Amino acid sequence: MKLVYTDVLVIGGGLAGLRAAIGVKRRGLDTVVLSLVPAKRSHSAAAQGGMQASLANSAMGRGDNEDVHFEDTVKGSDWGCDQQVARMFVHTAPKAVRELAGWGVPWNRVRSGEREAVVNAEKITISESPEAHGLITARDFGGTKKWRTCYTSDGTGHAMLFALGDQSIANGIPVMERKEALALIHEGGRCYGAVVRDLVTGELTSFVARATVIATGGYGRIYKVSTNGIICEGTGMGIALETGVAELGNMEAVQFHPTAIVPAGILTTEGCRGDGGLLRDVDGHRFMPDYEPEKKELASRDVVSRRMTEHMRKGKGVKSPYGDHLWLDITVLGRAHVEKNLREVKDICHYFLGIDPAVDWIPVRPTQHYSMGGIRTRHTGESTTLKGLFACGEAACWDLHGFNRLGGNSVAETVVAGMIVSEFIADFCQSDESEISIPTSLVREFHAREQGRLDELLATKGSERTSDIRRRMEEIMIDKVGIFRTGVELDEAVEELQQLLHRSRNLGLQSSVHGANPELVAAYRLQKMLKVALCVALGARERTESRGAHSREDHPQRDDSNWLKRTLTTWKNENDTLPTIDYEPIDVAGMELPPGFRGYGQANHRNHPDTEARVSEVTAIREQLEGADRFEIQNRLMPYKHLLPERYRERNERLEEPNPSS
Amino acid sequence: MQANARNLIMNETTTRTLTIQILRHNPQDPESEPRFESYQLDEAPGMTLFIALNQIRDEQAPSLQFDFVCRAGICGSCGMLINGRPGLACRTLTSKLGPEITLAPLPVFKLIGDLSVDTGAWARQMGERLETWVHQESEPDIDRLEERMDPDRAEEIYELDRCIECGCCIAACGTARMRKDFVGAAGINKMARFRLDPRDERSDEDFYELVGSDDGVFGCMTLLGCNDVCPKELPLQTQLAFMRRKMASVK
Repeated sequence: MKLVYTDVLVIGGGLAGLRAAIGVKRRGLDTVVLSLVPAKRSHSAAAQGGMQASLANSAMGRGDNEDVHFEDTVKGSDWGCDQQVARMFVHTAPKAVRELAGWGVPWNRVRSGEREAVVNAEKITISESPEAHGLITARDFGGTKKWRTCYTSDGTGHAMLFALGDQSIANGIPVMERKEALALIHEGGRCYGAVVRDLVTGELTSFVARATVIATGGYGRIYKVSTNGIICEGTGMGIALETGVAELGNMEAVQFHPTAIVPAGILTTEGCRGDGGLLRDVDGHRFMPDYEPEKKELASRDVVSRRMTEHMRKGKGVKSPYGDHLWLDITVLGRAHVEKNLREVKDICHYFLGIDPAVDWIPVRPTQHYSMGGIRTRHTGESTTLKGLFACGEAACWDLHGFNRLGGNSVAETVVAGMIVSEFIADFCQSDESEISIPTSLVREFHAREQGRLDELLATKGSERTSDIRRRMEEIMIDKVGIFRTGVELDEAVEELQQLLHRSRNLGLQSSVHGANPELVAAYRLQKMLKVALCVALGARERTESRGAHSREDHPQRDDSNWLKRTLTTWKNENDTLPTIDYEPIDVAGMELPPGFRGYGQANHRNHPDTEARVSEVTAIREQLEGADRFEIQNRLMPYKHLLPERYRERNERLEEPNPSS
Repeated sequence: MQANARNLIMNETTTRTLTIQILRHNPQDPESEPRFESYQLDEAPGMTLFIALNQIRDEQAPSLQFDFVCRAGICGSCGMLINGRPGLACRTLTSKLGPEITLAPLPVFKLIGDLSVDTGAWARQMGERLETWVHQESEPDIDRLEERMDPDRAEEIYELDRCIECGCCIAACGTARMRKDFVGAAGINKMARFRLDPRDERSDEDFYELVGSDDGVFGCMTLLGCNDVCPKELPLQTQLAFMRRKMASVK
């Protein structure tokens, strides 16, 4: 048995994993990053539009600060998020952008003087002040009050990932490529590392660690059409689920991005609409103002995706061999803007559609894009139930996004969570609490079990084909657990997914090679994916309300009185065909921003019994502290600074808010 | 202006049968010999090599190895020789190619199997050797206003920062075939990128130490295959010439 020891085992080499590894390494710990692919090829690279941080440098961002970002994020989440975590996040986001600036990300900068921009289909002139010249600029994104999304053209994720990839090289962090964690090693509620397969040789190695971090991204690929890279199969959540101990949170919260191209499902960034692009229907009519007079194309993603679907259901979609679609029109921005600030979009249109988006409209429709759900963690990033297991980024339900994530908040979460969680991991690893003493027999047991499963898969000539079951799962998820959901369809989905899980226990492979074997890989991932899919479908079936991206046509109301709570799923026994569901209440009495109307979408919700009292309390505190500075008011409403690692507690400086100690 | 329906690839009608020849070899298997294997499939509208290869693997060759991640031309995983020319398979439409297509792994890199090569190990050693990160004595103060940068300069850096390390330029490079330690256009472009970055405190003398040799800028024979095949259309020719001039003037 091959055995490797390290302090911190990081599973996943995208932005979250790399930033976490850099954090613990800088605290003097030994760490190893495992990645399915070369780290710089991770799906983080595909984040185009940018990351939110309230720097307030550009004219359209003036007046922005953590309070505004917080409010946008909570409303975006439809009050499903953890407000203290949202506070930790908005406070640390400006620090993350500035850290990355120091590490070489070529953020676009403010240029003083006048420039033209397109807002609401009209050309306007924006005047940037000389004092902001050369500071980091921002663009507009959906669901935000201010222009807050920092960017490098439309290759933000790429620039960030390469900066962090190179920083991990500079810090001497080993990144082991083409390695896949098959199972977590755990006993008595404590995680000790993972059994890992080399995708080239097929060899298994057991990694034993004081802390194990899952940063494997989302589960988009359980859906037939997804903007996600093909490696985003949810298997990181799958191995957490298969411990029977770790909880997954809000798995039914799945985001559909309004503008993926048809049929390839490749994303065109929200920056298209943020920069002034419009949505049009079969008649060329700009329909979003009819539904959302206030935010129009820039309501939150869940709302825009639903409005588009609604509009297509009215027969206003454009017919194509691949089903109906709508048009994204960025011709209004002009060629110079498209070629400079939306060049990935231009390339994608050129290569995959054969069109030039500076003159042609782009065929788009809502497509699976993001997993709000994930491994449920405390604010420290540690699993609520499995000690020594941490998660960050899209793989986690930390829970910053609740039931809908704002554009630009995910790429920001990756690095912010990496910064914060790595400090807590380092604290943990430098305390006696993290000492481990496990017998090698335990490691051997897990190692042998995984080897046995692989041997069995290769030896058993069952009658089922992996690709048939997988394809059916993907169809069920998109058809029955999609943008609009109903009880009847969700019942069918849960039922049929269980049958698929049953069938997946009888696979027959053509090849019997232990080494590089793509067929074997697909086969052993299948059950994990089905279990994840069942968590999504069952969570959606049970949640008889509509909140954020979870939209039940048979229960259109947001029901705070019954459903202001987080879904928790675990997989208790290996032979179960359904996860066990539990719920965690969200405390209204502690909220800085009590539940209300988001300001877009439909105003239709039922109050929680505690809401009225909390609203009065908040109003009273605000009145009492009238004239006090915003930090004092915030601290009275919902203290959170004590939750942050000490090094991230200082205030963020802005042009309009000079640092008091400078 | 409404998209011209004739332009839209998704509206194409096609009935071609494609024959795809793939150079196959599994170095892990002592029995394996490099050979071409031929696969036939019906072309579908909007079909890319990503779709075609997955279909071949699903229906005809379950052991076929290849690499894709983003399948959108962003991540650089799927560089291969397409009819002899390095390119990204994911964004290559079969309709742009003849009915007979030949695929082979990128040369120069270590072969993992079939169309999969180890560009990751190459990129890592390049990063370590050329120290491809901003060298700055002080750590950024993340609580204060960031250092200012000229907006044009930021855009110029991004222009060179767009390299996705796909390896196409290395596979197309005559020098890389002859000198195994040649840093290639990707490496020289990286150096040009950091040289341009005001945050990087390295001097031309420092850069000379890294690329001022025949394994660096002076090894380039100016065949410029790199410039022809770069999927991101990076200005590699200009950067090579520029860096060579700068390095030649270092005493």
